[in-house]
Parts: sequence; C-alpha cells; structure tokens
Amino acid sequence: MDFNTILQLFDSAVRLSTPLLLACLAGLYSERSGIFDIGLEGKMLAGAFAAGAMSAYAGMPVTEGGLGMTWGMAWMGALAAVAVSIVLALIHGFASITLRGNQLISGVAINFFAAGSTVLIGQYWFQSGGQTPPLRGAQRFEAITLPFAKTLEGVPILGPTYHDLISGHNALVYMALLAVPLTWWLLFRTRFGLRLRAVGESPEAVDTAGISVVRQRYVAVLIAGVLCGLAGAYLSLGTSAAGFVKDMSAGKGFIALAALIFAKWQPKSALFACLLFGFLEAIGNRYQSIDLGAFVVPVQFMQALPYILTVVILAGFIGKAIPPAAGGEPYVKER
Amino acid sequence: MKLIKTIIGAAAMATVATAAFAQATPAIIFDLGGKFDKSFNESSYEGAEKFKDETGIEYREFELQSDAQREQAIRRFAQQGNNPVVMAGFSFGTALDVVAQEFPDTSFVIIDMVVDQPNVRSVLFRADQGSYIVGLLAAMASETGTVGFIGGMDIPLISAFGCGFVQGARSANADAVILQNSVGTTGAAWNDPVKGGELAMAQFEQGADVIFVAAGGTGRGVLQAAADAGKLSIGVDSNQNYMQPGSVLTSMVKRVDEAVYNAFMDVNNGEFTAGFNIMDLSNGGVGWALDEYNDALISDEMKAAVAAATAKIVSGEVVVHDFMSDNTCPVE
Repeated sequence: MDFNTILQLFDSAVRLSTPLLLACLAGLYSERSGIFDIGLEGKMLAGAFAAGAMSAYAGMPVTEGGLGMTWGMAWMGALAAVAVSIVLALIHGFASITLRGNQLISGVAINFFAAGSTVLIGQYWFQSGGQTPPLRGAQRFEAITLPFAKTLEGVPILGPTYHDLISGHNALVYMALLAVPLTWWLLFRTRFGLRLRAVGESPEAVDTAGISVVRQRYVAVLIAGVLCGLAGAYLSLGTSAAGFVKDMSAGKGFIALAALIFAKWQPKSALFACLLFGFLEAIGNRYQSIDLGAFVVPVQFMQALPYILTVVILAGFIGKAIPPAAGGEPYVKER
Repeated sequence: MKLIKTIIGAAAMATVATAAFAQATPAIIFDLGGKFDKSFNESSYEGAEKFKDETGIEYREFELQSDAQREQAIRRFAQQGNNPVVMAGFSFGTALDVVAQEFPDTSFVIIDMVVDQPNVRSVLFRADQGSYIVGLLAAMASETGTVGFIGGMDIPLISAFGCGFVQGARSANADAVILQNSVGTTGAAWNDPVKGGELAMAQFEQGADVIFVAAGGTGRGVLQAAADAGKLSIGVDSNQNYMQPGSVLTSMVKRVDEAVYNAFMDVNNGEFTAGFNIMDLSNGGVGWALDEYNDALISDEMKAAVAAATAKIVSGEVVVHDFMSDNTCPVE
C-alpha cells in the first residue's frame, strides 16, 4: 500500500463520513438535551428528497415551470432540506416534549413517514418512481479547490496531502468538519450549552433555577433538525447520486446513532467515530475479496466489516457509555 | 348463513367466469429495485406498456416493498384470475415454485430464473454474451488497459455479467487488468447510488477508465461518477446512453421488455408455452446500444470488431462461458 493509496482511502473516508458526522452531531444535540432521536434516518432521508427536488425545480428552465436559476440551486436545495427536516424535528419535539409521548415511537414513526412520503411525492412530481431528475452543474455542491492547492502539489508528502485530501471536497464537507469545534464550544463554553446539557442530566435542577426545560429541549431538537437536513442535502447534492433515489439514506442514521454511543456523546470523539466508520467502509469498498494465499476473504466479510467492528468496539473496548441521565424521560413539572 | 353461501357461490361463479374468459387481465410484479429504476424493472414496465398500447388491454401491477411480499403478491394475482402473472427477478424463484402448483390453470412467467413447473415459462437471458460484447468495447476504448466491473451483489446471476465482461475484455486485450467490485449483500445494493459512486471512484483511482455496472438503480451513481471524472461507463439492462451523454460508452441491453411483451401477447393469443425461453445474441434478446448519445465514442474499428464477435458467437465459433452453468469463471 503506497502513500497515494492511503491518501485515496482517507479521501474516500472523509466523503463517506460526512453524512454520518452531521447526523451524529444532530443526535448529540438532541440526546444531550434528553430527547432520544431514532428519527435521524428519516429526517436525513426527507432532507435528501427536499434538496434533490428543490434543486431540480430551481434549475429547471422557466418555460418548463421551474425557476430557471443558473447558480445557487444547490444552496436552495440545502435550505429546503433544512426546512423539511426542521418540520419533522418539530413534530418529534411536539410529540415527545409537549405531549410527553414515547420518544422512540415518535422517532420510528418519522422514519416510516419519510420513507413512504418521499417516494409518493417524488412519483407525483417527477413521474420517475420517486427519483428526482439527474442534477447537473450548480444544482449540486461542486468540489472546492482550496487556495494554493495547485501550486503546493509538488511539495513532497504535504503537497499531495493538501491537494488530494484536504482540498477538493464540497462545501458541506467543510461545514460538517467545522461543526465539530463549533459544537464543542457551544456545549462546553457557553451558558446555552451548560443549560442544554443540564436539561439532559437533571431537568428538575434547571427548572428550579427558573429556566424553561421545554424551551431548551425544543431548541436542541431544532438544531438537530438543521444538521439532519444538511446531512440529507449532502446525500443527494454532494455525492455521485446527483439527485434523490428512494431509501438512499441506507441506514446511515442508525450508524450515526451507533457512532454517537461509541463517542460517548462527545463532539470530538464523534468526529473520530464517524471518520473510523467512513474509513472502514472505504477499506471495504477498496479491498473486496482479499486473497491471503491459503484462503480468500470473501466480499461479504469485507462489506460486513464496519458492522462487525461496531459490535466488537461497542461491546468490548469503549468501556461504559453512560447516556444523559434524563434521556428518554419526558419532563413533568409536578405530579 | 344463507346469504354468505350465496356470496361465496357468486364469487366462485365470478372466478370461473374470469378464468374462462379468454382475455384475462395480465399482471406484472416488479422487483425491489422499483418500477422506475431506469434499468431492469423499467424495461419490464416498458414491455407491459407496449402491450397495453397495442391491444388496449389494461394490466395490473405490483411493486414489491419487501422480500416478504413475494409469495403473497403472486398468490393474490393468481387468486384474482389474472393471467399471465409475470415477475421480473431471480428472487421470485422459491415463491413461484410454491404458488405455481396451487394454480395449475394460471400461466406464470419468471425472468432470470428457472422454475420447473408445467405452467411456468422461465425466461433466461444470456447476459454473459451481451457482457462479452461490451467487455470487448470497453477494452478497445480503454487507454490505460484497466477496466472495471461493479455488480450489485455477489450472486451467480450478476457474476455471469462479470464473467462475460472479463472474457470479452480479454478477447480484445489479453493483458487487460479487470477490477471487480460488488455493492452489497442485501436488496439495498440495487438502490445505493452513493456507494456506487464511491466504488467507481475507487476503481478510477486504481487506473480504470471504463466501468461496466450491473446494479440496477445503483448504476446512477456510477454513471455520474464517471461523468464527473471524465471517464467512461457502461450502462445495463435498459439503454442508459442518454443518462450521461458522451460519457456512457454503451449499454448492455437485456430485452426484458420483449420478454414481458411476448408473455402477455402469447397468453392473449392463446399461444402460451411453458418451459425455457432463452434470449441471447442470436435472437436479439441481449445486445449493445448505439444511438446519437454515444455515436462519437464508438469508432468504426470497434463496430467491426463487435460485428465479427457477434457473428462468431452466434455461429458457435466462439463459446462464451456462462457462469450460471457451473458457478465458475474460467478467467479472473
């Protein structure tokens, strides 16, 4: 394995872990405030559809009933994704905060709703089995070449690393990476973050201090909605899918949940957990059927590797993952 | 009680009447990829639509949502007197084997799988032959001498595509390096364009410049990745040349639409025959697509080579090894 191959693997890992990271951070906000969110998958899927549909509509010529935009369609799509995801997040919030319903059931319902409605609406709008039309040019998030990437390419080791690995991703990848330190700062260095963590650990104490538990939790759920929307937009506008295809989230929301537990609800660990999952998938993609001489490692094993390692790591290596104490418990002021 | 008996009686009468009526409504069941996968299922949909346009007879359809629905869907259509019941997909095999025995008077058609029952027609495509032809084209179009194959799952049906592709590529360039990947191990493998694109990028990074994809809706991601990277791709099942004009070298076309159309027509004309129905290069059941979108990519030399190879395969001078016959591939 030469240096170039390693770079390509990491490059692939960054692309694959971006939606996981965004969804994982979404879950982090929500669960830190005491609201379990199984619905990451559904919000991501709905966001992917909204992004694909909006971007296609924005780029469609006016004569065909579209907006006829020539630039910025991808950002319109991302906005639509965030909007739709926020609506679903609010439903989840309403069910689990205001109505004090079961948070898991509400999340599962959102997953089912997203899986069904995206295909149904997509078929109604575009008549192609729930797929959105293929997107081109500025309808997708295009790769950004960072400054000096070309000029520095000749520098040994650092040049290619900068050019291939760090530069050349799209805007959402950089946003996801920036969201990590931002989340850390917000949660651990601001008053807002302290309160958000407090409602997840001991809502009674927060309430006694005269701060609204309900409001704090709604804000957390809303932030989760925004991040899930971006994750969805990345799937349909930032990858080679170039549009929405039914069920395209393919379980990423659940992997993100696993990564969240693996990361023990810490932003920095979430970054590494998601990168690890992305890296394992990249290896599984690149090295299928490894021939070890005596026997051949089958494709199926390599593809299952990320999941096998998830089980091994979760079961044996991370120690006890302690969720926020008030997680999953609706807050009741008086009994 | 009497009322119930009357109703049951009437229902029985109605069933008999429907069965006796020559123009029973045909039915088609689409596999998990979905009706508009721009590939396999869409092709069978087009065949059914063609039948409807020509005869004016409506047909019934069902799109599977999960594996558990297979047997239920076939039985439901048979119970309601639909004839024939056509299903496109190898995964229907076991379910059909059970249901076909329960409804001996209904004609069933299964595509891509063999079900040995007296009322079942098994349509088999020699995908290996079509893949041989596109493999030949891929190796001729490749500048790096490395070509790639991405299959949906690691199953014999898809391995047949890969094996034929390798044989074709080697016939044009004996030293060709051929990378092979598969997308997944579950039904989701037919609908994961994100992963398809990622696999394609990995193959491009390893030097491939033409990739043949046989993975249903996943192919969309592969075709897009090839267009983004300025490389070539080869579509499958339906003619997919239009999806990325100038970047799709050609498409390995499986005339699933013909198979569905023929099945509907045969029953309609009372000419249905059970047993094997082989669709290969000689009867146009498989082939490659040439249209205005890829005309510039195909040189005269390539056309001549394909014509020669086709003639040799049809005459039997060149025998393409079918992976499905013994589950092995003579070449890697």
